[in-house]
Amino acid sequence: MTTVEDYAQLARTAPRGLIGGPPDVRAEADRKYRREAGFPVPLLVAPATLWLIIFLFLPLISIFIFSFWKSTGHGMTPAFTLDNYRAFFVAEGFFDPKNPDFLTPSVFIRTLWTTFRFTVTVMAICLILAYPLAYFLSMQVEDFKWQLALFLLAMVPFWTSYLIRAVAWLPMLGRHGLINEFLLDIGAIEEPVSFFLYSEFSYTMALVQLYVVLAVGPIFFSLAKIDKTLLEAARDMGANPFQIFREIILPLSMPGIAIGMIFVFVMVMGEFATAVVVYGGKTSTTGTVILNYYAIANYPFAAVNAFMLMMAMMIGVVTILRVVDIRKEL
Amino acid sequence: MARSTPEQRRKTRVKAGFSVYYAIFLIFVYGPMFAMFTLSFQGRRGGVTFPMRGLSFYWWERLAGPSAVGDIKSSLVRSLILAVVVMVITAIFSTMLAMAFRKKFRGSGVLFYAIMAGLMVPGVLLSLGLASLLRVVGIPPAWWYSGLGVHVVWTLPFGFLVMMAVFNRFDDRLEEAARDMGADEWTVFKEITLPLVTPGIVAAGLFGFTLSYDEFARTTLLSGAENTLPLDINASLTQRVQPTLFALGTASTIFSLLMIGLFIVVYTILYRRSR
Repeated sequence: MTTVEDYAQLARTAPRGLIGGPPDVRAEADRKYRREAGFPVPLLVAPATLWLIIFLFLPLISIFIFSFWKSTGHGMTPAFTLDNYRAFFVAEGFFDPKNPDFLTPSVFIRTLWTTFRFTVTVMAICLILAYPLAYFLSMQVEDFKWQLALFLLAMVPFWTSYLIRAVAWLPMLGRHGLINEFLLDIGAIEEPVSFFLYSEFSYTMALVQLYVVLAVGPIFFSLAKIDKTLLEAARDMGANPFQIFREIILPLSMPGIAIGMIFVFVMVMGEFATAVVVYGGKTSTTGTVILNYYAIANYPFAAVNAFMLMMAMMIGVVTILRVVDIRKEL
Repeated sequence: MARSTPEQRRKTRVKAGFSVYYAIFLIFVYGPMFAMFTLSFQGRRGGVTFPMRGLSFYWWERLAGPSAVGDIKSSLVRSLILAVVVMVITAIFSTMLAMAFRKKFRGSGVLFYAIMAGLMVPGVLLSLGLASLLRVVGIPPAWWYSGLGVHVVWTLPFGFLVMMAVFNRFDDRLEEAARDMGADEWTVFKEITLPLVTPGIVAAGLFGFTLSYDEFARTTLLSGAENTLPLDINASLTQRVQPTLFALGTASTIFSLLMIGLFIVVYTILYRRSR
């Protein structure tokens, strides 16, 4: 059996430039070395893999399985029923032309749709806010130390509690909040408007503030990777700044945009606590629906909502990946 | 003063514009936190919004006093223990995984996506799935095992990506040289690999600690009878919001910032040393 030792032996004894004889033997020895050196792979991956199976895959598979079980009012029993799915999709009177709810989607579909609509709005705003910031950090700040420092300063909120950041919006928004006071001071409004707190506005605003840093990170990294000589070459050939942006910078930063948008998308789709804090629970997201049904012990129906949320998210992520190929990025 | 060309002046203007934008962005991201910080020193009669009715430590004292917002002290202790354990596990797992990914192996693609899935699956789904599963099995959830489990699922991809980046720039020849000189695998790891990647491990640990310490969604249904700090904060939101909550929020934020600062200092020291 040839082992690493043999290869090492060869390397030591063979004259320089002739290590291991003909190239194919050398390549073979090299491959063998790569395969056998270091700790065995199964040992390295086993603990984490086991962990992921227990705490990631079993829960997700459970959701799928339990969505077919039967609710007993205080728990659930094994069964195979599609009733939960029917309840999700079909509202009462959906097929009845005389009913006022004729062809109105069920409240659960509408909630999922609202969740999705909010998410897309938040994604768009995050992109608009994050891109110039990432561009500034990567293209305009030349000193690497400053770049890193300013980047970290913008990213720090990501490592602080998001619940507390949501709470922190309360003094800003309300009728006596800072925004109202400010608008009153500059004379933009006559009297305080209640529109800021517990509204779609406050909800969107808080979500953007919570998640915009997730978009900044990946866009920054993809922009920072761009070879600056490319831009110089384009300039030398007479391209104006707008052309350079459209033809070089934007296409090369697409993977970063995609990753950032995926982050924001999955986070906001699964959102449930912020709605309660800054929207006063006036709206529900699919996340809150799931928790509400869990709270009243209707686990199968919570599972159906969760499964549909998962599907919606998969469709969203796959759509983003279809538009942008991020594989070369990973 | 040197004469500047129109091109340079244009560049300066653009840069100034972007700098202003950066400042506005920081105000947007940090502004609410500063408002919260200020209002935590609200006078005794003041409420949760401006104006300030005097300055006082009243709400901070209430925070320190008994039963202000739930049983904060013990939930804080639980959150800290959990964060430290998550930090250690994240650091170890990420290092092991990234070392495995230096070689091509069967199933590496699947495993890669499985690790990344931890980033993609919303906390509410993990919470619901595991909580219902535990209910069926008949084991009540508790923060120190089911909470720990899903926290690591969330922090692992961050640590893993950090360690992948570290090993991407790693010079394999250093290890080869050690092996050629007869070092066994364990010695190679201890003497060569580990010292060189320690800064990365610290960074992976930072993600583990801070993300776990603040995690709310994943613990929602999985902490069992005893709450972690974010759960207590959430519970207090359902009651009437008082400036006590702002004091708590400020304290927690300052703690997070201190932790980040500490990690950055440790990282810098180790990074310099590993050069």
